[in-house]
Amino acid sequence: MIALRHVTKRFGDHVALDDISLIVEPGRTHVLLGSSGSGKSTILRIILGLLRSDAGDVRIDTDGAAGPPTQQIGYVVQEGALYPHLTAARNVVLPARAAGWSAERQAERLATLATLMELEPDLLGHFPHQLSGGQQQRVSLMRALMLDPPILLLDEPLGALDPITRANLQAQLVRIFGELRKTVVVVTHDVREAFVLGSVITLLSHGRIVQQGTLADLAQRPADPFVSEFLGAQAPPLAMTRDLQR
Amino acid sequence: MTRRASLRLVGGAVLVVLLAAGATRAEQATLRVGSKSFTESYILAEIVAQIIEDAGEARAERRLGLGGTGLSWGALAAGAIDIYPEYTGTIAQAILKEPTLTSLDAMRAGLDARGVIVSAPLGFANTYALAVRRDLSARLGLRAISDLARHPGLRAAFDAGFLERTDGWPGLQRHYGLRFADVRTLEHALTYPALAAGRVDVIDVFSTDGQLARLDLVLLADDGHFFPDYTAVLLARRELATQYPQTWAALERRLGGRIDNATMSRLNAFTDLEHRSFAEAAATFLGRSNAQTPRRRGGEIATLTLEHLQLVAVSLAVAIVLGLPLGILAARRRRVAQAELMGVGVIQTIPALALLSFMIPLFGIGQVPALVALSLYALLPIVRTTHAGISTLDPRLTEMTTVLGLRGWRRLAWIELPLASVTIMAGIKTAAVVTVGTATLAAFIGGGGYGTLIVTGLALNDVRTILAGAIPAAVMALGIHGAFELLDRVVVPRALRSAERAAR
Repeated sequence: MIALRHVTKRFGDHVALDDISLIVEPGRTHVLLGSSGSGKSTILRIILGLLRSDAGDVRIDTDGAAGPPTQQIGYVVQEGALYPHLTAARNVVLPARAAGWSAERQAERLATLATLMELEPDLLGHFPHQLSGGQQQRVSLMRALMLDPPILLLDEPLGALDPITRANLQAQLVRIFGELRKTVVVVTHDVREAFVLGSVITLLSHGRIVQQGTLADLAQRPADPFVSEFLGAQAPPLAMTRDLQR
Repeated sequence: MTRRASLRLVGGAVLVVLLAAGATRAEQATLRVGSKSFTESYILAEIVAQIIEDAGEARAERRLGLGGTGLSWGALAAGAIDIYPEYTGTIAQAILKEPTLTSLDAMRAGLDARGVIVSAPLGFANTYALAVRRDLSARLGLRAISDLARHPGLRAAFDAGFLERTDGWPGLQRHYGLRFADVRTLEHALTYPALAAGRVDVIDVFSTDGQLARLDLVLLADDGHFFPDYTAVLLARRELATQYPQTWAALERRLGGRIDNATMSRLNAFTDLEHRSFAEAAATFLGRSNAQTPRRRGGEIATLTLEHLQLVAVSLAVAIVLGLPLGILAARRRRVAQAELMGVGVIQTIPALALLSFMIPLFGIGQVPALVALSLYALLPIVRTTHAGISTLDPRLTEMTTVLGLRGWRRLAWIELPLASVTIMAGIKTAAVVTVGTATLAAFIGGGGYGTLIVTGLALNDVRTILAGAIPAAVMALGIHGAFELLDRVVVPRALRSAERAAR
């Protein structure tokens, strides 16, 4: 479980997060939705410990799982942030090398992940610049899953991809989240993606939470005209909305 | 592969340092003979060296061409050399700094306090003099220095030493009330061709210069008796006389009063004009029949190449071993970075010759001070590119190291150094090429290498000798640059090499 209580973050005079409270239940996928600058990435970075909040507190409770926080959380960013000088395979096993795994164990895990992500094995020997955007994101997700962390944080993971690759990967992510039962937080500005991936959605604007709930809650009982406006601007296909309400 | 590569780099550097340490071993029963970097000083030192070898008590090691008085006296005072030829005027003015001192006994007393003894006068005086072309002398009626005061339109070129010393131009100017239209600094050996070509009208010369006879010049009489006496003597460390008494006695016996002005001029002309070696000139004076020790240029080049390579390799290795950690530290801490980059930047602004001369009180003369100075010089490009290479990495990539649990050396060796390797190697290549050039100055403090030929060539005004040092140095710079391009293949990860990426 991830719990943020009254978290505030300032960069100089700019208030990036203003009194954010949210709870991500174990095994659920929680979407942080909002336009750029709304503070959604900052929330991930605070959960990761890359940033420290000015006020409030952050609790990460992965009951049972031991080890340092880096082994509890997998992180994927837009365009992957793969290391250009390492092959796909070397990128994926990095956290395991740092954790001192044997080569055998690394290879075994690598094979499992390649199967899970449907990545052809010979692509593992390629360097990032030899891979397509979709392949890069699959590798990046494999790296995030290498140590089998209970939590996954994904920051616009599909943001830089073309629509077809994007749709394929969305479907794959939904399947994998279901199979693995990870606690997942996905940041996106794309309403359709939020509806496909997330069970709970938090809509953010200018560092504040506008509304939190299921898709049905947001669509049928908007807390604020902004909610309808944000959803409407991106006009999710009605069929899909109806589908998800059932 | 990247880790192995960086280990290989460090390992190689350490090996080179160890080899160099082994090479600078201590010698026994050796007397080190120094000289300044002009013909007469070279010849006298060579004569001294040959007498030492004849005496049989010690081997003579030649540390010739040690720049001017500051360097050679500094080397003697620091015990880096045991003996070198000097002039009484210089002793009074530049060493004891008592311009009124004229008697040799008073100088002996002054130097005795510093553990230095003075030989009997060698028999000639090499005083400063001003020279003009014969046609100009005839046309303007120039006979004596005082005549120059009537011709303020003349152009003069003086050696840097003459221009600075109180017994040189500043004092002369005041004493005679001289003014010239233009006074410029020229390396002593270059003043003659400048005068002959009519580019200047007045130059400073030494009264025993070999060039005086050939170029048909007129020496202006010192009618105001300004220039002090520059009687040649030998300065030696006292231990030389106490530990090698036969050698000292031989030097006194075979040189005291034996070289008159005419002899010295002839010896100077022998090398300056007839292009014979210093060793030949010395042997001729000492009356050896088989005096033709030809210039061993072939063997010499091989030795000098090795010396030069050693200077470059060791100083570069030291600069890498020091520069990489300093650059990494600067990339980690912004406050340290400012102070550090300013520090190495300031070192870079010190003229190379000045930096070399600062090394003498600390490290004496020879290879060691040259290596220290060259290492300091090579530091800036390496520190700067290491700092820049690491601190300008894509923040998303460096941030990810924290998330993946990469810390300390792993972060550095697996991610940061490989990613910055292209930039860092560029800095190392710059340092390497610059060091090949700067290393030619090492010869001024007896550091050896190609500079030895350049310094000698300057003293002899022999362009061929200068080029014999300058061309190999340029070739070496190209070669080293090529070698580092190859090293890129080992050090820079394949996927980061530009050729590899451009190919697809």
